[in-house]
Parts: sequence; structure tokens; C-alpha cells
Amino acid sequence: MTTKSQQLLNWVDERFPLTSTWKEHLSEYYAPKNFNFWYFFGSLALLVLVIQILTGIFLVMHYKPDASVNASGIPVAFASVEYIMREVPGGWLIRYLHSTGASAFFIVVYLHMFRGLLYGSYRKPRELIWIFGTLIFLALMAEAFMGYLLPWGQMSFWGAQVIVNLFSAIPVIGPDLSLVIRGDFVVSDATLNRFFSFHVIAVPLVLIGLVLAHIVALHEVGSNNPDGVEIKKKKDANGIPLDGIPFHPYYTVKDIVGVVGFLIFFTAIVFFAPEGGGYFLEYNNFIPADPLKTPPHIAPVWYFTPFYSILRAVTYPLFGLDAKFWGVVAMGASVVIIAFLPWLDRSPVKSIRYKGGLYKGILAVFVVAFFILGYLGVLPPTPGRTLVAQICSVIYFAFFLAMPWYSKIDKCKPEPDRVTFK
Amino acid sequence: MTINVIKTLKRLAAAALFAPTLALASGAVLHLDKAPVSKDPAALQAGAKTFVNYCMNCHNASFVRYNTLTQIGLTEQEIRDNLMFTGERIGDLMKVAASTKEQKAWFGVTPPDLTLIARQRASEFGSGADWLYTYLRQFYRDPNRPTGWNNKVFENVGMPHVLWELQGEQVAKVTEHEGVKAIELELAKPGKLSAQDYDKTVADLVSFLVWMGEPVAEKRKTIGVVVLIFLAGLFALSFALKKNYWKDVH
Repeated sequence: MTTKSQQLLNWVDERFPLTSTWKEHLSEYYAPKNFNFWYFFGSLALLVLVIQILTGIFLVMHYKPDASVNASGIPVAFASVEYIMREVPGGWLIRYLHSTGASAFFIVVYLHMFRGLLYGSYRKPRELIWIFGTLIFLALMAEAFMGYLLPWGQMSFWGAQVIVNLFSAIPVIGPDLSLVIRGDFVVSDATLNRFFSFHVIAVPLVLIGLVLAHIVALHEVGSNNPDGVEIKKKKDANGIPLDGIPFHPYYTVKDIVGVVGFLIFFTAIVFFAPEGGGYFLEYNNFIPADPLKTPPHIAPVWYFTPFYSILRAVTYPLFGLDAKFWGVVAMGASVVIIAFLPWLDRSPVKSIRYKGGLYKGILAVFVVAFFILGYLGVLPPTPGRTLVAQICSVIYFAFFLAMPWYSKIDKCKPEPDRVTFK
Repeated sequence: MTINVIKTLKRLAAAALFAPTLALASGAVLHLDKAPVSKDPAALQAGAKTFVNYCMNCHNASFVRYNTLTQIGLTEQEIRDNLMFTGERIGDLMKVAASTKEQKAWFGVTPPDLTLIARQRASEFGSGADWLYTYLRQFYRDPNRPTGWNNKVFENVGMPHVLWELQGEQVAKVTEHEGVKAIELELAKPGKLSAQDYDKTVADLVSFLVWMGEPVAEKRKTIGVVVLIFLAGLFALSFALKKNYWKDVH
């Protein structure tokens, strides 16, 4: 480094922790060397967040959160999305990146969470990382739900109508709460404007803050790995973990491979199937919102369907309260319960590599039940489907609630001292 | 008298709107013919002509400007000469002369904007094009309907058979087999076009509607190929870079 630039760096470092931050989080952050395929999804989630923010900034320049109808009898909000798709140069690309990005975000985050399940990444000392992660997931659901109202299509409108109505099932405060969320007695211009505000300002701020906390907590304790053993237990004379390698350059160059690989799948959808077979952009949402015409079947977007199925599976009133209320409770609980995993898992080992057949079998059943719930959530209910959803909901909760018991009696293999790396 | 007729029409239109709702709710299956969608400019131009002459008497395409049609191989002069009739300007949106309010007063409902119809009508039974291609060929005479027309795909539809002079008049033969009602259509009075030519006219119109739903679709795919080739190259490079950096990690 030339002396001039060294001088400048010194000048900055005396006033701002630039070099030390770089070292702490990148060049001297030691990550286990045995990360596998599953470890791409953290950095990919960050990438999708950046894609969503950047495309979102450009969409806001042309989008108009206005439910009144224009001269052609089309709601202004709906028309402004078509304006972006047709008349804004490159607007179609920005919009498809954003709409596909929403689904990609959930795919990546679900895989990232499943990685945590596989390798026990939520276990001590990473409980806070996991809690921040669950909060990110919650914020993401709020972000996606409110964003979905903005195109003001039939599914936007009726989906919001159904979900906001759920809050009115809460005793005492319910009706007023749903009124506050809507800002009106029905989903209307007031709802559209406040959802827009939340979608572009409030929730993204919360999301970014939580992501920062997630990463800071991670770098404080260090990353877990597929073997679930702590690399900090074995250090060399300089205090560097024997199985650790600096994040930069090793994992920066590796994550670039992951990013490009992801972009190949992502752009393939954006350019060749942006509707995602009617799952990423629902066909009914190309019809402008019409408060007088209820669609025959209102299905939430695919990433909410497992939780929506749990909601619909509750069909019994209890303690004099509506089944709908208990459905809302069950749906809320199904997300919140994820945060308690660190205290539910009593296994002596972290990673699935050393867990016994019992855990592996139960995890497999859980994953199948989750997929079935997701599938049922897009279909209209029938008595048979509701029964299946009820069975799968019980499996979903049993996976968590019975974990203290089955994780204890499971026959585990001994963990190795060091990570295994081939 | 006229007020009564309008009231009846309004009621029927409202019923027509809910008819497909009931049909779908009862789990009916739609059998749709596969639409031969074409990207050939000649077909799209023929479709544009049918669209402007027949559909645009009532329906808007309010997200499309006339000069957007240059993308299907027409010059602005050709558009002016063949597709514009009432003194609009070339950059105007493709809208009918009547306002939506007037239409609502006349028909009881505003005829839906058709810009996105091909994207809206997609379902688990087939693409939006399949639905439209089947729908526009399955109108039949029904004296019980205020318009005199009914449709096999869209039961009790509010719209009359606008293309009847081209297709002619079909009648329905209702058969009941083990409690399941089936409608067979038969051409009772031929129109100006042979069945084959009529199918071609509808196919061209549907192709135009598909194009109009997303004019950028073809360009999108072309750019997509370039993007994927670029990313494939980048993947190889980034993989080689990673291999090189990681060669001494054991």
C-alpha cells in the first residue's frame, strides 16, 4: 500500500473503526471450513433483501397507492402497476424481479431455517441468533402480506379482507383492532395507503435492524457447522480456531459461486415464467379489485399456505369462543413456537449427522406434514381435506412439543472432536 | 316499460356474474380446447383488426396505445388507416367512445377491460388463451336469455355473440346421461365464414389478446437467453476462482 493511502486509512481509523470492523467481521472472522451446500442460504437471503430494496425503490417512483378509479374505470393503483409493466422503460423487469423476489425470499428463508433444524444451529450459545431469525421471519410475513395488497387485484383485495377479518375474532379488542388495521370498515383506500406506508418504510426498517442484530449475534458467538461441534474449543498458538478459515476471502469467493448459481434459477423464472405457474403471480390478481365481486376461491400466496392450513384446520369452538379465534391462535402459535426450539431440544448432540434414527424419522414426517399443509392451503376445503389438515397440524405441533421427550431418548452417535472435512 | 327492461337486464347481468362462481364452487370441470396461439405478425394483425372491429365496440384495452401496435409489424399510417375510426391520435389509449359510466347505465355492468383478459382467464383447466378460444366458439342460441345467446363455457354470459355473423348460429342439444347434463352444439345456420375459417379468425384474435396481455413477452425471453448465457459463463469463472482460493484448505 502506498504511503498516501495508508495515511488516509490511518486518518479514518483514528476517527472511525474501519479497519477493525473489516477485520472483525470479514478478514479475521473465522468460520468453520466445512460449510456445505446448506450454508449458502444465509448470504442468499441477504442478496434477495438487497434485490427487494433496490427494485422497491424504483417501483415506488411510479407506483400510486390510490384505490379511486381512473377515467377508464380502473383503480389507479392497479393501473399504475400496468403502467410500470408497459410504459416505464425496463419497468417490467424491475416489477418481475420484485414479484419473483418475494417468492424467492421465502424459498431461501425456508431452506435457511431448515438448515438450522438439520444442524442444531439454534442450540446454546446461538439462542439469540435464532430468536432474531424468528422475528425476521415474522417481519417478512408482514412485509409480504402488506406488499401483496399494493397491486390492488382481486386476490390482493380479498386476501387482505380475509386475513384482516381474522383479527376481529379476538375477544374484546378484535373488532376495534381490525378497524385500526384497515383504517376503515372494509378494505379501502385507507387500507391501501397504510399498507403502502408499512410496506415501504416501517417493516423494511425493522427488517434491516433485525438482520443486523442477527449477524452481529452470529459474529459474537461464531458460526455453527454441519458437524455441530464448536471450532472455538480447539485453537492454535495465535488463538485462531484450528478448523476456522477467515470469512474473507474464503467464504466471499465461495458465496459468489452460490450467488451466481442462485441468479441462474432466479433469472430463469423472471425471464421465462414470471407468473410461476400462477403461484408467484396469481391469475386472479390480473383482475382489478372489485369489492362487489367475491372470487369463488380465495387462496393466500403459496408461502403462507402451510400456516393458513393450520388456521383452517381448527373447526371446534372452545370455552365459548369461536373456532375462528382458536384458528388464529393456532396459526400464531405455529410461527411463535419456532422461537422456542433452543429450549425444546434436549439432544446431547447438535447435528443430524450424530442424531439417531428416531429424530431423523420424526423430522422427515414433520417435513412431509409441512408440505401437505402447504398444498392443502391452496385448495378449497372439503371435509376430507380438513381432516388431513388437522392430522398434519397435530404432527406440526407434536414435532415441537414432544421434542424434549424424543430428543432425550434418541440414540445418538458420539460427536467428533474436530469438524470432518472432505 | 323501458325502465322495466333495463331492470330485468341488470338483474340478469348480475346473475350472469355469479353464475361462473356457482359453477366453480360446485367443482365443475371445464373442458377447454387447446388454442393455437401464433406469434406470426400476420396473425396478430388480423387479430387486431377483429379486435378493433368487434370487441372494441364495447370493451376497452385501456393500457394499450394505438402506436404500441407498431410492435406487431404495422406502420403508424397503417394503424391510422385500418384500425382507428373516430379521430383519435396515434398515442391515445385504445378506448371505446362511451364512458364507463354510460356503459354501466346501458348494460347494467361495465364490459371488462380486455387488455389483460388472456392473463386473467388462466386456470387449472388451461391457459387464458385456451379459455378464450373455447369461449368464443361456443355461443349458442337460447331464447330464455335476454340477449338470445348463451355460452357453453360461460353459462348465462351477459355478452351476446358478437361474432355471430361470421360463425353463424349454433343450437344446443342437451342430453342427459346418468344424471349428468351434457350440451352438444350444432351449427343450425351457417355464417359468412366456414367453420375452419371461423376457427382461424378466433385463433388470430386470441393470439392478439395474448400478445396484448404482455407485449414485452417475446423480448423478455430473448433477453433471458442472453442473461442465462452470461450467468453460465460467470458461474464457470466464479467456480474456478473459488477452486483456486480453496486449494490449500484441507
